Amino acid sequence: MGKRSVPELNSSSTADISFILLIFFLTTTSMDTDRGLARRLPPPPEDNVEQDDTKVKERNVLQVRINAMDELMIGGDYADVSEIRARAKEFIENPENLPNLPDKSPRDIDLFGTVYITDKHVISLQSDRGTSYSKYFEVQNELVAAYNELRDELSRRKFGKSFAELSEEQNLAVRQYYPMKISEAEPKNYAK
Amino acid sequence: MPALNTSSLPDLIFTILFFFMIVTTMREVTLMVEFKVPKGTEIEKMTKKSLVSYIYVGKPTRELRAKVGNGTQIQLNDKFASLYEVQDYVYQEREAMKEIDKPFMKVSLKVDRDTRMGIVTDIKQELRKAWALNINYSADNRN
Repeated sequence: MGKRSVPELNSSSTADISFILLIFFLTTTSMDTDRGLARRLPPPPEDNVEQDDTKVKERNVLQVRINAMDELMIGGDYADVSEIRARAKEFIENPENLPNLPDKSPRDIDLFGTVYITDKHVISLQSDRGTSYSKYFEVQNELVAAYNELRDELSRRKFGKSFAELSEEQNLAVRQYYPMKISEAEPKNYAK
Repeated sequence: MPALNTSSLPDLIFTILFFFMIVTTMREVTLMVEFKVPKGTEIEKMTKKSLVSYIYVGKPTRELRAKVGNGTQIQLNDKFASLYEVQDYVYQEREAMKEIDKPFMKVSLKVDRDTRMGIVTDIKQELRKAWALNINYSADNRN
């Protein structure tokens, strides 16, 4: 019945080893989560097919142009970035059914029934080759903000919740009510 | 003075190590361009990293400036590329993906905020030709 004692292992360097591992992972990995504005580009133009088969009525298009000096034009007049959101919201919603804003057509949407929405509207964003990317992005951001605000207001009115809290079915219905239609127009070179 | 008991120190360090192993991802490319992405209020998180390919656009880093000059460059994978290589890059990236994921391919444009739109539009046109239609303008949150 001899009791043998096992000599204790010297583990004082384990800390150093794990420190080295830690430093290795700190240097070779990155924590960045990619965030941004998701967009869908139109399919490539086909050469043999005549373009412009989808004629859009003038009242259904909101032209937003940015020139090489980063100046902004909405429709026919100069504007500031801060004005875009309100202009876009009015354009998308057409609350008073004005004849110069997009026409409304009846649509059947789940949860809403038959509603009159401006589903033919298009916001066309055009930039010059000299426009700065930050300005372009700012405008894109404002346009998305306009849609998000409208959707949020509608969700609160109809379901009493914010757009982010809606269930999948409600979310889809609201998105059908205000479909996002921002056209990434063909590039043009204005400034010569 | 009694010696401090450090026997739990390795465990502590291991815990930190595991934390970093879980929350971080391997850096895929070494950046050769400098860029500051624009700031926005409406941005969303990108899901599913395996579906995303990256295109970096910006000015070369300071060390590379002597070699390639100050002009805006496009970086694909680990090297500078011309506009005409964008399509090939998309095809390659798509080829490397699983068949079921191919239609959901996304291209994230990490573009410096001072870039002119001309080069961005050119890249977008190339992406359209390559049928990579889902894009993402990479941005930071503005508070």
